[in-house]
Amino acid sequence: MSITAPAQASTSPVEKAGGATATFVDSRLGSNRFLARNLGKVFPDHWSFMLGEIILYSFIVILLTGTYLTLFYKPSMVEVIYNGSYVPLKGVQMSEAYASTLDITFDVRGGLLIRQMHHWAALIFVAAMAVHAFRVFFTGAYRKPREFNWLIGVALLTMALAAGFTGYSLPDDLLSGTGLQIIRGILQSIPVVGTWAAFFVFGGEYPGTDVISRLYSAHILLVPGLILALVTVHLMMVWTQKHTQFPGPGRTNDNVVGYPLMPVYMAKAGGFFFVVFGIIALMGGLATINPIWIFGPYTPDQVTAGTQPDWYIGWLDGALRLMPNWESVLLGFTISWNVFIPSVVIPGILFTGMALYPFIEAWATGDKREHNLLDRPRNAPVRTGIGVMAIVFYGILWIGGGNDIIAGAFNLSINAISWTLRISLIVLPPIAFIVTKRICLGLQRRDREKLLHGYESGRILRLPHGEFVEVHEPLNVKDKAVIMAKVDVPVLALPQKEDEDGVRNKWYRVDRLRWRLNRFFYGENIPRPSDAEIEAAQHHVSHDAALEAPLHDYEDADQIRRGHGGVLHHPGMPQTNAEQLQTSGDHR
Amino acid sequence: MSDLAHPTEHGTSPAPLGHSPVADIPHRPRVTDTDPKAARRAERQVAFMFVLAMLLFIAFVASFVLIDPQAVVYIPVFGTVGAMNIALGACLGAGAFLIGAGAIQWAKKLMPDVEVVQERHTMPSDPAATAEAAANYARGRDESGFARYKLIRRTLIGAMALFPIPIIVLLRDLWPTPPGSPSPDQILSTTLWKKGERIVTDATYQPIRAADIPVGGLVSAAPADLMEVQEAEHNLNARGKAAIILVRMDPTEIRSQQGDGWDYQGILAYSKICTHVGCPIALYERRTHHLLCPCHQSTFDLADSGHVVFGPAARRMPQLPIGVDEEGFLMAMSDFQEPIGPSFWERS
Repeated sequence: MSITAPAQASTSPVEKAGGATATFVDSRLGSNRFLARNLGKVFPDHWSFMLGEIILYSFIVILLTGTYLTLFYKPSMVEVIYNGSYVPLKGVQMSEAYASTLDITFDVRGGLLIRQMHHWAALIFVAAMAVHAFRVFFTGAYRKPREFNWLIGVALLTMALAAGFTGYSLPDDLLSGTGLQIIRGILQSIPVVGTWAAFFVFGGEYPGTDVISRLYSAHILLVPGLILALVTVHLMMVWTQKHTQFPGPGRTNDNVVGYPLMPVYMAKAGGFFFVVFGIIALMGGLATINPIWIFGPYTPDQVTAGTQPDWYIGWLDGALRLMPNWESVLLGFTISWNVFIPSVVIPGILFTGMALYPFIEAWATGDKREHNLLDRPRNAPVRTGIGVMAIVFYGILWIGGGNDIIAGAFNLSINAISWTLRISLIVLPPIAFIVTKRICLGLQRRDREKLLHGYESGRILRLPHGEFVEVHEPLNVKDKAVIMAKVDVPVLALPQKEDEDGVRNKWYRVDRLRWRLNRFFYGENIPRPSDAEIEAAQHHVSHDAALEAPLHDYEDADQIRRGHGGVLHHPGMPQTNAEQLQTSGDHR
Repeated sequence: MSDLAHPTEHGTSPAPLGHSPVADIPHRPRVTDTDPKAARRAERQVAFMFVLAMLLFIAFVASFVLIDPQAVVYIPVFGTVGAMNIALGACLGAGAFLIGAGAIQWAKKLMPDVEVVQERHTMPSDPAATAEAAANYARGRDESGFARYKLIRRTLIGAMALFPIPIIVLLRDLWPTPPGSPSPDQILSTTLWKKGERIVTDATYQPIRAADIPVGGLVSAAPADLMEVQEAEHNLNARGKAAIILVRMDPTEIRSQQGDGWDYQGILAYSKICTHVGCPIALYERRTHHLLCPCHQSTFDLADSGHVVFGPAARRMPQLPIGVDEEGFLMAMSDFQEPIGPSFWERS
């Protein structure tokens, strides 16, 4: 067993060379201290911890493919006549950026594959980020001590959107150019400075001749540099603070249960990079994305119908579509609420709210404890409700971004769809919150029920005096540990206007608000039963059945006896982790 | 967690590597743990995946060299696709995937699957370290005399406050405006159109006669000067502002216009640039005279001064007054009377 066996002197030349290298580096940097601590570092195992890996690996794919693309792409808006091998556009006037993208697509062997891999990887990058953020949010992984990492995550999400949008515009095709035109309109809607801001970004009037090279420098240097720096800090913090874990047998707030980095995670995580790379390469080879040769070169007086941005911009486009057409003129100046609110104010509020949420929750609940054990979403009903509410809000905006597609596909009036979505945007999120919260509380009740009385086995037993009972089985170790890991909610003392000595509490109003928020968050939570309650309830159940039924007559007898609680040891699984470590050491 | 025994209570001594197995979790040995044959089979599976990956990478090189870049193949479901792209993607993707799958299979079947436990350390530093840090800070503060030398402190703060200014000023010439340059709102408020400017089609640059446009028809058009200006300025700026559409309707159907007699025999000229965020518009429904923006579905009624009838746009579509010159070709009677395209702060 690698974990317990002492390191053996190796005779392999590769290992000797490796050892020599390690010594060489160590004598200069002291790196062996790091290796000693970290080669055996334990990481907990759960499928959802893979989401962060997908983000990291798709980012690496983006960097690799992006670097390749810079070898051929020309960020220039100089007009040229296309003379490459794509016949339908031969002789057409276009920007050098678009022409070089066509060259990558049609005249560089493998160029299309890399371009499509780059785009697919970007979509996966943002999608995995969104799902990773859901996982972190709904399990409360952002709580103390990990608030900084949540902030970095929010910054990374905005950077990813910036990277996506700047890259999307670079081919200078008709579709992406239209997106850029919308950005110009959005910039112009910013009160006071908007017009000048737009002129600075575009180097004068739209579209000008500067914007592509400016976007290029942001896309290949500024934004990825920031992402790389933030990702590094993000991972260093995960390393230092150790990964959170889901509740389970043997898992506490003070330990990490899982597999060591060397060898299991080196193989699994290292292997998973190739899995992600492979899937992105397969998508790049098999699935067309952004066929810019169909859209044609950009010109500001043309547009294609049914224009759609990349998926992660869809919600902003939807917000623009659903907003009522408000505009006001104040003292001779125009404020375009119809553009400014959906494209600047709403995303600003959402991202700020997201960034501040951990601090708001910690203040409102008064929970200042360190949390290394993840919450089950049901055990924090208000948080889960807020999360679902935000997703519903986002989802409606996202659907709004495709209202013309929906109208076309289902032959509906765009007017009716827009109004339905406008009303839904206000009505549905609160409903989603309430429904989610009730579901969470229901699940909590069921958890308590299962702990006290076991789960319903589905087996009906007829007792000698004719009564029918359903056999309840006690939970197995794992389920029990998961339910028992529910943390006690923080309870705040009811604030008083004056203390015992009659001194007025200056912060009474604030304290009372906080007390109310705490009650709002956790007031309805179902308390976890104590060990004594569980013992009593299970004893009661099995005691009744045992007294009234001659157990040896029934094949269920064995199961009923086991209802006395305690750890199950099925004949088929005789070993605990520890026992197995001792008995098997040679299967490698 | 009282019912979950801590590993040390069960007599398993902590492993020297800083972690120990979690006791008391029921754990079923895998087939590869108990059956050497199964373990060897797993070994062969992993190796097979690695070999396959090697072959696929060789196939990648072969495809790169041998396949004609222009060749297309028909593949059911995918349709007609570039042969080289699909071959390169399949070989590279499947090969990389197999390396990953092999490594994961190796980890799952042959490496230990016994969970181990490692203790966490709470994040706050111990009080001694905190005290030492505070003492170090205090020493540094006193030695520097930052509190004592008021003059130094204040001038330093002043200098630091001004330091970013040169860097921000450098950004000023992202859009250079030599003296006499028009301001953004002046630029946004003028287009190439002027009295006598001929209207030409935007694809072939042919002048247009009234008779060329049937009732119910729509023509995308541009000023005759456009090509010249574009060549001189080397940009598409003029095109983005001057684009118009011409629609013709029965004069009795025109309920209102933005100016008296701005049409010519029922031919109306409107800006093509949406007043919402600037998408070019050409979706025209001749029965209702509605013009629909494909980006955000703002709808304008061209028979009624181009007013907004639906969608997020707040302003009507600007109309261009037109007439005909002595040769009978359509021409503009003036520039637009209001700025075209999206609203902006200085516009009123």
